[in-house]
Amino acid sequence: MRAGVIVFPGSNCDRDLALALERATGRPTRMIWHKDHDLPQGLDLIAIPGGFSFGDYLRCGAIAATAPIMRAVVEFAKTGGHVLGVCNGFQVLIETSLLPGALLRNANLKFVCRDVALKVESRKSSFTEKFLQGQEVTFPVAHHDGNYFASAELLERLEGENRIAFRYRDNPNGSTADIAGVLSENGRVLGMMPHPERLDQPELGGTDGAILFEGLAEAHLAV
Amino acid sequence: MKARVFVTLKNGVLDPQGEAVRHALGSLGFDGVSGVRQGKVIELDLTETDATRAEAHVTEMCEKLLANTVIENYRVELL
Repeated sequence: MRAGVIVFPGSNCDRDLALALERATGRPTRMIWHKDHDLPQGLDLIAIPGGFSFGDYLRCGAIAATAPIMRAVVEFAKTGGHVLGVCNGFQVLIETSLLPGALLRNANLKFVCRDVALKVESRKSSFTEKFLQGQEVTFPVAHHDGNYFASAELLERLEGENRIAFRYRDNPNGSTADIAGVLSENGRVLGMMPHPERLDQPELGGTDGAILFEGLAEAHLAV
Repeated sequence: MKARVFVTLKNGVLDPQGEAVRHALGSLGFDGVSGVRQGKVIELDLTETDATRAEAHVTEMCEKLLANTVIENYRVELL
């Protein structure tokens, strides 16, 4: 699998994400600048990292969503490419409308930064198929605006289509139905607030995050 | 021509910042505030001189960037 990571001014987990992908794929990750208009050829996955792109001005992710490279990322997703958005990357994907819903300020107004337990809800994607159904995993969260908002109608659709990838065991931010990660209709775009790249090797205190990246790499080798 | 855009949260969307402001008002002794909703005001200087066209442009800006219409309403005022 060949992966690329988009870099915005204010991204701060881009190198972590690139390293996690390199460890899983054994190939270098391409770093892609937000002002580029085109993606490098031959990539299987585009990852949008966490951080505070453009200082979270206007709304988290709103300015990044208008960057030239995002037009290419939306096109890549619409033609069946895999896209992963972590934390601020999830906010960017929502602002580009690749994923539904909205991310609001945490219900308790506090920046939450700690490891959280998640339950794997949907294995219907390359991102999650290496996990066991219902498996409990630990990923760190670090965000101020991760309160996922879904209308009753959207929630019903997400549940009906098995598009909730992860749920929090103990909801840290007030998200609708404990939602921590959401898949697109075709299961190839995943947005999630928790950071799998921050817990992907024993030296970091855990390896649950590696399952996601290894699953992705294996899915693409099998193609 | 100037335009002023008011962006507010839709009814039914929780506004924890508004709630925090309501609590703070209460602790300052301002009784009788049963709800607070916080929003934002964006002022634009436009080169357009035709009001109808200006309003159409700003509405498009709201739809595409200034508001997140999943959770926010907007109102455009021309000055």
